Amino acid sequence: MSTQQPARPASAQATVRMGPPGGGRGGPMGPGGGMGMGGKAQSFGPSARRLLARLRPERTATLGVVVLVAVSVGLMSVGPRLLGHATDLVFRGFVGAMYPAGTPDSALPEAVQGQGVVPGQGVDFGAVGEWLLLVLGVYLVGSLFSWLAGFVLNGVVQRTIRTLRADVEEKLHRLPLSYVDRSARGEILSRVTNDIDNVSTTLQQTMSQLLQSLLMLLAVLAMMLWISPLLALVAFVSVPVSLALTRVIMKRSKTQFSAQWARTGELNAHVEEAFSGQALVKVFGRTKEVEQRFGELNDGLFDVSFRAQFISGLVMPTMMFVGNLNYVVVAVVGALRVSSGALTLGEVQAFVQYTRQFSQPLTTVASMANLLQSGVASAERVFELLDAQEQSAERTDETLPERDVTHGEVRFEHVRFSYEPDRELVRDLSLVARPGQTVAIVGPTGAGKTTLVNLVMRFYDLGSGRITLDGVDVAAVPRRDLRSRIGMVLQDTWLFEGTIRDNIAYGRPGATEEQVLEAARATFVDRFVHALPDGYDTVVTENGGSLSAGERQLVTIARAFLTDPALLILDEATSSVDTRTELLLQQAMTALRADRTSFVIAHRLSTIRDADLILVMEHGDIVEQGTHEELVAADGAYARLYRSQFEGAVTDGMTGAEGAAPVS
Amino acid sequence: MLVRLLREHLAPYRAWLAGVAVLQLVGVLAMLYQPSLNARIIDEGIVLGQTATIWRLGGVMLAVSVLQIVCSIGAAYLGARTAMALGRDLRRAQFARVQAFSAQELGRFGAPSLLTRTTNDVQQVQMLVVMGATIAITSPIMMVGGIVMALREDLGLGWILVVVVPALFASVGFVISRMVPSFRAMQVRIDKVNRVLREQISGIRVVRAFVREPREVERFEVANDALTDVAIRAGRWMATLFPLAMVVVNVSSVAVIWFGGLRVDAGETEIGALTAFLSYLMQILMSVMMATFLFMQIPRSAVCADRISEVLATESSVRPPAAPTVPDVSRRGHVDLEAVTFGYPGADEPVLHEVDLVGRPGQTVAVIGSTGAGKTTLLNLVPRLFDATGGVVRVGGVDVRDLDPEALWAELGLVPQQAYLFSGTVRSNLAHGKPDATEEEMWAALEVAQARDFVAALPEGLDAPVTQGGTDFSGGQRQRLAIARAVVRRPAVYLFDDSFSALDLATDARLRAALRPVTTDALVLVVAQRVSTIRDADVIVVLEHGRVVGRGTHDELVATCETYQEIVSSQRSAQEAA
Repeated sequence: MSTQQPARPASAQATVRMGPPGGGRGGPMGPGGGMGMGGKAQSFGPSARRLLARLRPERTATLGVVVLVAVSVGLMSVGPRLLGHATDLVFRGFVGAMYPAGTPDSALPEAVQGQGVVPGQGVDFGAVGEWLLLVLGVYLVGSLFSWLAGFVLNGVVQRTIRTLRADVEEKLHRLPLSYVDRSARGEILSRVTNDIDNVSTTLQQTMSQLLQSLLMLLAVLAMMLWISPLLALVAFVSVPVSLALTRVIMKRSKTQFSAQWARTGELNAHVEEAFSGQALVKVFGRTKEVEQRFGELNDGLFDVSFRAQFISGLVMPTMMFVGNLNYVVVAVVGALRVSSGALTLGEVQAFVQYTRQFSQPLTTVASMANLLQSGVASAERVFELLDAQEQSAERTDETLPERDVTHGEVRFEHVRFSYEPDRELVRDLSLVARPGQTVAIVGPTGAGKTTLVNLVMRFYDLGSGRITLDGVDVAAVPRRDLRSRIGMVLQDTWLFEGTIRDNIAYGRPGATEEQVLEAARATFVDRFVHALPDGYDTVVTENGGSLSAGERQLVTIARAFLTDPALLILDEATSSVDTRTELLLQQAMTALRADRTSFVIAHRLSTIRDADLILVMEHGDIVEQGTHEELVAADGAYARLYRSQFEGAVTDGMTGAEGAAPVS
Repeated sequence: MLVRLLREHLAPYRAWLAGVAVLQLVGVLAMLYQPSLNARIIDEGIVLGQTATIWRLGGVMLAVSVLQIVCSIGAAYLGARTAMALGRDLRRAQFARVQAFSAQELGRFGAPSLLTRTTNDVQQVQMLVVMGATIAITSPIMMVGGIVMALREDLGLGWILVVVVPALFASVGFVISRMVPSFRAMQVRIDKVNRVLREQISGIRVVRAFVREPREVERFEVANDALTDVAIRAGRWMATLFPLAMVVVNVSSVAVIWFGGLRVDAGETEIGALTAFLSYLMQILMSVMMATFLFMQIPRSAVCADRISEVLATESSVRPPAAPTVPDVSRRGHVDLEAVTFGYPGADEPVLHEVDLVGRPGQTVAVIGSTGAGKTTLLNLVPRLFDATGGVVRVGGVDVRDLDPEALWAELGLVPQQAYLFSGTVRSNLAHGKPDATEEEMWAALEVAQARDFVAALPEGLDAPVTQGGTDFSGGQRQRLAIARAVVRRPAVYLFDDSFSALDLATDARLRAALRPVTTDALVLVVAQRVSTIRDADVIVVLEHGRVVGRGTHDELVATCETYQEIVSSQRSAQEAA
């Protein structure tokens, strides 16, 4: 026991140090920490750097966090050392009490020589108490700083994410419609929701740990270099080994992660489709097949996500193993140095303990890096969206006349337009819609009817030529000024999640209850609302919920009705409404259309027969124009269309069946 | 909810979880053994200058460490497998459940929400199990191990643990109890933010047309700020957790040296025991901190589990019968509605009110009426997309509620109002109607549906790709393909829900003419807006506000039914204007 005893204190003292997450003395390591992060980020590529760059508005706070963490890491690693000194005081007193006063140092056992033992003197609890109070103070201040750092960092991360989210949302409003049309809806959705969520989660989880671990690594490294550069070098070998191993694992897990995301996407698409078309799947008795396909995709996702999870779960054990290996090597080399007299025992002991301390943050950094990988991949997808080309800049060269003096004269002058560069859809189109006129546009699908109104709305930019409203080039005024004078009822009956009342009031914020009800009555919404569970307070979902197609259409008409616009555009607005309701609606519409210019697109010619001007479009060109009577008399394309609709089975005049059919 | 969901769905993986537990136990014990090996390497090796001992103990340490890594990897393997299998099972269970939903439940949840529940929400629960598999087992063992080892070093200082451990639990518990509501609120607000974004994307044209961008930005800002607020609040508590626990542990480590020092002085314990005690104290702290990660995930997962459970607990209002029967073969193509009433729960007025309808093979029965008159609802009662709240619907002479659903649907060919096509090819869409249809049957169906010409004109013909919803076809083409899909099936009952609305009258007429020879022994039940479409029907039922206000042939109704007359004149006035 007595041979063992002298050895214990020293080893125990070292053991104390290894506990808490701290490393070495404070030292000026703020900028070093920053560099460390930059260096790490590079291996993640530009997206990671860009993500970090988004912290720039929070520069001061971020710097503050780095300083706070540095101080707290410093204090927390000094703490154990001070505590160790208190242990030494106890040890000295304990050993001192074992020998009579006046025993020379050389007479003490070798292991306790030179440790300041004063023979005959017991434990000085006054001194120990003072030390312990100091330690307590250091710990408390260190914890306080660590808390402050966490507090500030939390704000930095959350505010950064909020800005990122807001940027993406505002970007949505500046994207050209062509971008949105081209991309799958679920794709954009996934970027603005899942990916941002993922970035937010990873940033929150990794930032503070990564910062603390990196600073700790540096602190420990400094301490090790200070004690023995050679041993530090030996210990440092574990860094590239760890990095290499982490990289090997991460490369594999990345492949699996990508596969996991791809499979998730496929599964999402299948589930979405199965849910949207659920009734059909059921009635056609395809439930089993759909479930089988789901099963395949689901199993596939299970496979890759299991693999991704498992492989990334290898990081921790592997790093721990490397740490242990490193420990043994350092211990052996250290022991050799001691026997050669190059190092003292205490130094090696301290060093060995630092090696332990070194591998812990290294493990943390490695697993954080693995986690960050998924966050950076998501950030990349978000940045892609943010980088997408925006719609052409707003111009304010001209101003539209005031709302109440807008006459609503619309002119197309030599308009050319194409959705895709190589397929021109509209070639040199000119037309005039005089104030108060109702202009109907008819023609087969793909003739460019909807395109025409999209151009008036400036959903797309012209190839060449110009469109004017009351003589003002619509491209020369801000889009919102233009659109605020136009009321539009679209083919797709989009309702947002909210009450029917809110959906009607959408186009006119601040509308009174009476105005909403009036619009609802004029557009026959009132008639079906009472069969709904909560009347006007019935909440409709994005996809309409319990409303029928025709009912949804009526709500959107009510919405446009309420805006009281100078120019009205109805794009297949009544296709799902029954003819009697439509007839009634038309009376309401006639009142609505009075004194305002209207564009009406419809495949039911009954809807448009009393239009002031009918444009017949084919392949992006206007092939005929005039009033109903004129066009019927002219016996051209319109007359053929007309007959086909109103003479039922008569098929004589149909040329090339599909081409001329007013299908839309 | 969370506990119940996990208990139920983890049951099949009990063996795997037991494996995880055993492996983690061995792994943690190996880990607990490491510090004493460390100490021995120093005490017996370095201090005594015994390189051979270092090698030997180093070897033991590496062996232990290999054991530990093997256990960790094994546990990671089983844990990942269990968690992902749970995710797979939950997705499958929800998917199957939704497949059984009637239109009513589907409308209540909404397809987007169901999608979120089936995929994203499952991920959160999965994550909890992944973390649980590592932490839930490791952390208590580490903790108990730490306590036992500490007490072994010095029982006399045990009272400090009696103070520290509860203090640690109390402080961590306090912070977590503060965090849980924030995390719950956060989940709700994340959903809100995502919903606003989803609406903005799907409604982008409307938003722009009505110049509502500023309102949308504002609406988003409100949601975004609300989320940020609660995230900051939760984050602050989270940031408090570690420093607070550190304070508790550090104060107690100072106490250990002070009181331990007194005991050393009194000769009651050794200095080595003090420091060992300290490192075990640290281990206890670590185990508590690890557990907090798990506790932080719990609220998020709990919210998701609630939403998953809600889907799984929702019974379809249309339930398959306990003792299913099959339609009477001698009454193939018979559809009878007797005093059928249907209303949404809580609505003022029922959608359908005591509707009677009789359809026999070879007949065409038409339903006409205004928007919202209940036509589609009526049609949907036949395939049991809804169940009538009163009266009886019979197909093949049997109450549909007693029929085997598969047998019922095998009788029907439905063409819905919105001609929805599935992504795939023209061929795969037709195969939805009849999986084993031959090429000739497909072309014949396309011929009847007046879709042969444009499909033949496609470069790939039957194998032409169809995107989801069929957006690359015009409305009229979509409708004709949807009709062909029903025709290829040659069902006993055709259900056309305003399926000719996008067709011009000539195509409509040709289609009906082509349909006639195909449907000689089938019943055609058709909902329409256009009188011309149904003029030749054997029976026309006129619906108004959910009630039958007229019944008969076109000529009879023109003579007797006022509502029908209005409908006719609303369409004729256009014609006469010509």
